[in-house]
Amino acid sequence: MELIFEKSKPGRSSVSIQQSDVPATDIDTAIDKKYLRTELDLPEVAEVDLIRHYTNLSRRNFGVDLGFYPLGSCTMKYNPKVNESAASLPGFTGLHPYAADKMAQGNLQLIYEMQQYLSNIFGMAQFTLQPAAGAHGELTGVMMIKKYFEKQGEKRHRIIIPDTAHGTNPASGALCGFETITLRSNNEGGVDIEHLKSLMTEDVAALMLTNPNTLGLFERNIEEVSRIVYGKGGLLYGDGANANAFLGIARPGDLGFDVIQLNLHKTFSTPHGGGGPGSGPVGVSKSLIDYLPVPQIVKTADGYQWSDNFPDTIGRVRTFYGNFNVIVKAYTYIRSLGAEGLRHATEMAVLNANYIKEKLKPYFDLPYDRVCMHECVFSGKRQVAESGVHTTDIAKRLIDFGYHPPTIYFPLIVPEAIMIEPTETESKETLDAFCEAMITIACEAKENPQILKDAPLSTEINRLDEVLAARKPDVCWKKT
Amino acid sequence: MDYTPHTDEDIAQMKKAIGIASLEDMFADIPEKFCLKRLPDIPASLSEQETMALMQSLSLQNRLPQMTLTGAGAYHHFIPAVVGHIINRAEFYTAYTPYQAEISQGILQAIYEYQTMIAHLTGTQIANASMYDGSSAMAEAAILSAKTLSRDKIIIARSVHPEYRAVTRTYCWANGYEVVEIPFNQSGQLDLPVLQKELAENVAAVLVQSPNFFGGIEDIVPIAEAVHAHGALLVAGFTDGTALGILKPAGELGADFVVGEGQSFGNSLNYGGPYLGIFAAQGKFLRRIPGRLVGATVDKKGQRGFVLTLQTREQHIRREKATSNICSNEALCALAAGVYLAALGKNLQKLALLNVQKTQYLKKQLLQLSGWKEVFAAPVYNEFVLSCPDAGKVNDKLKKEGIVGGYELQKDYPKLKNALLFCATEMLSKEDMDKVVAIIK
Repeated sequence: MELIFEKSKPGRSSVSIQQSDVPATDIDTAIDKKYLRTELDLPEVAEVDLIRHYTNLSRRNFGVDLGFYPLGSCTMKYNPKVNESAASLPGFTGLHPYAADKMAQGNLQLIYEMQQYLSNIFGMAQFTLQPAAGAHGELTGVMMIKKYFEKQGEKRHRIIIPDTAHGTNPASGALCGFETITLRSNNEGGVDIEHLKSLMTEDVAALMLTNPNTLGLFERNIEEVSRIVYGKGGLLYGDGANANAFLGIARPGDLGFDVIQLNLHKTFSTPHGGGGPGSGPVGVSKSLIDYLPVPQIVKTADGYQWSDNFPDTIGRVRTFYGNFNVIVKAYTYIRSLGAEGLRHATEMAVLNANYIKEKLKPYFDLPYDRVCMHECVFSGKRQVAESGVHTTDIAKRLIDFGYHPPTIYFPLIVPEAIMIEPTETESKETLDAFCEAMITIACEAKENPQILKDAPLSTEINRLDEVLAARKPDVCWKKT
Repeated sequence: MDYTPHTDEDIAQMKKAIGIASLEDMFADIPEKFCLKRLPDIPASLSEQETMALMQSLSLQNRLPQMTLTGAGAYHHFIPAVVGHIINRAEFYTAYTPYQAEISQGILQAIYEYQTMIAHLTGTQIANASMYDGSSAMAEAAILSAKTLSRDKIIIARSVHPEYRAVTRTYCWANGYEVVEIPFNQSGQLDLPVLQKELAENVAAVLVQSPNFFGGIEDIVPIAEAVHAHGALLVAGFTDGTALGILKPAGELGADFVVGEGQSFGNSLNYGGPYLGIFAAQGKFLRRIPGRLVGATVDKKGQRGFVLTLQTREQHIRREKATSNICSNEALCALAAGVYLAALGKNLQKLALLNVQKTQYLKKQLLQLSGWKEVFAAPVYNEFVLSCPDAGKVNDKLKKEGIVGGYELQKDYPKLKNALLFCATEMLSKEDMDKVVAIIK
């Protein structure tokens, strides 16, 4: 498809600007010429062409509203429309962040209540809604851990991270100045307790644990894990990426986690927008409350107010108060579902994952054959051995059947991983049809592997040359 | 209301297929003592009508302003209708990150076009797919500079937005880097002689903003020369992105990184978020910058297409060795910015000029009030600082009329007593501004 720049024609425009209604000031007297730019090379297109351009682009994009999107670890559940309607109310969209607190009582109440709901759902003492995304929440959480030890007068340099963890965990640790060390998984997909014992020293600030982990498995030995970490004075960090697995079932605070970050764009149904915006609230236990980022909301007799007056805070992690409009959507979702709805959502999410696991088990290798939580992880090993077809080929072939492929090649400890997270909003019929497609593809792999290697055949753009993209980077269009 | 399509019969059949007697069997791995006996304490579920009524009433507890005279990092601009229509297309907003390029060409191409527009606007060669907001973009540029040069000191101008400075301090503290602030001179611009004295061999980056927090345009060229003479890098921010419609971009004036807030480009005020972190850089930093990047390539048939590229910089490949931990960004806000910039085209310049006209008018009118004075002499775009007899009283009067007044600088700059930072965009008519003056009088 042509680029917007290639459609540009001098003299066209979509939006006109009104004439000024104030007495004219000469621009050169207001701003010295040396500060002014000489050219402005933006596209010049008529409104109809602009709309057609982006509408046609949208037709080359797949979203949850078009079909099943079992992207493991991303919780691509349906994004309820009432959330969007609520979040687009002018009272929520129109306020400047520096409007007086008195003018923003509705927003402040919503944020305050949201913090309380999350604290109750997850069993934490307090939440901050500041972080803009999950990884930003991780960073905020790790910063609080750093501050905690600083205040204790202890210097701890290391963080332990399991080999199944998301890449953001070690990256967040590193961005906070910690050395990260990798913890092995045992043969049932959980933490290798002996290895943890050998790694856990008094130089370790925390263990960052995802529970259920990225294999979709609950850490059965959680009590022993926390005993080992606490035994050496460390803290337990919980990555809440997989929180959809336990809403109303269990609470990380009760399990012993000191910090947990959430992803509202996963668990709480806010749309992911093709890569963001997300929102990454962080909950903490009592021992870390003092270090929460500022500003925080305080409730007074005079209404809700923002306050910076927390002397031990880690400081600010972004401007203003977080991705507020995303928070409105998640708040709407929680109020719609209530506690019972949240628990039912989790139950159906776990039911769906186990159903897919059982149906596909005969056709694909299942490295950890246990009851799973909200997602299940297969391996394409068998297909590689039998017909030289790789997981990426299976994923690309799924596109031809009208599905977004699962997460692939993650977690790293499963060779040729296929990570399927159906979520609770998908019906049995959808799951049956998806499993049929997967089974058909498994047969095709044996009988006609070439069709998988050529896939997708149904899209306008075929497999792209990623090596070329990296070797000769072209990240910015240039006029030729 | 819980959006699950399962009938009792479906559930029964699925349980049978899995081989479980009850749903609770699926949670057998959770130690019994941790299983909740009672549901979390949150309000009961609501129907859609009840939900919408609740949200409506909450939104009405806010008081929507008649006028907004504050910018200070968030700007009230007109958003053309096309922007909302495009970003509300479900193909875009219900998609995840474009990991599967063949069915994500829409957002990938839109981001590639956005990267191109931003690189051009900022006078650089490259821009990433977005950061969380202007402040995190600036903080990450500081961290990247320190890591790139293996130096441990960051210098930041006090004329940079106070919250950007705060975020930078937080990020630098976590990495053990020292942060030093440089005062502003009488014109409200960075004090160059002081900067020259502070520049030393361990300085990784100097962070400035132009227009700066006071609205003043910084003279980037001599700053860049001083910074580069010490082998350090220059990170130049901006406040209101629409300023780039007329101002010479910092990337052309010697900045190594240009970072800032892109909210002005088609994103609502939204009480502070989601916004759009713009991160642009000179080409030599291509393999080091944080965040996602979309690159052009070809498919098997030789057709042009787009992919996420140079991912070896990123956390999902490099883990602790990644250049940042960022994963989700602000893609939909970047899409809005792309549509906005394409819709305005060269009219972005006209819009910027209109902002200058309005600003000059408001400033002139306010200066006629008794006891009001200009605080800084630097040229401004659409924000300016005036001192008045009693800033609190002025804002109270305006608030009573439903107007968000000027930003009171004293809380961040104790010496700037009774100084107000005002912003005038195309959203203010002459009549509005005359009314403001009349109210204050």
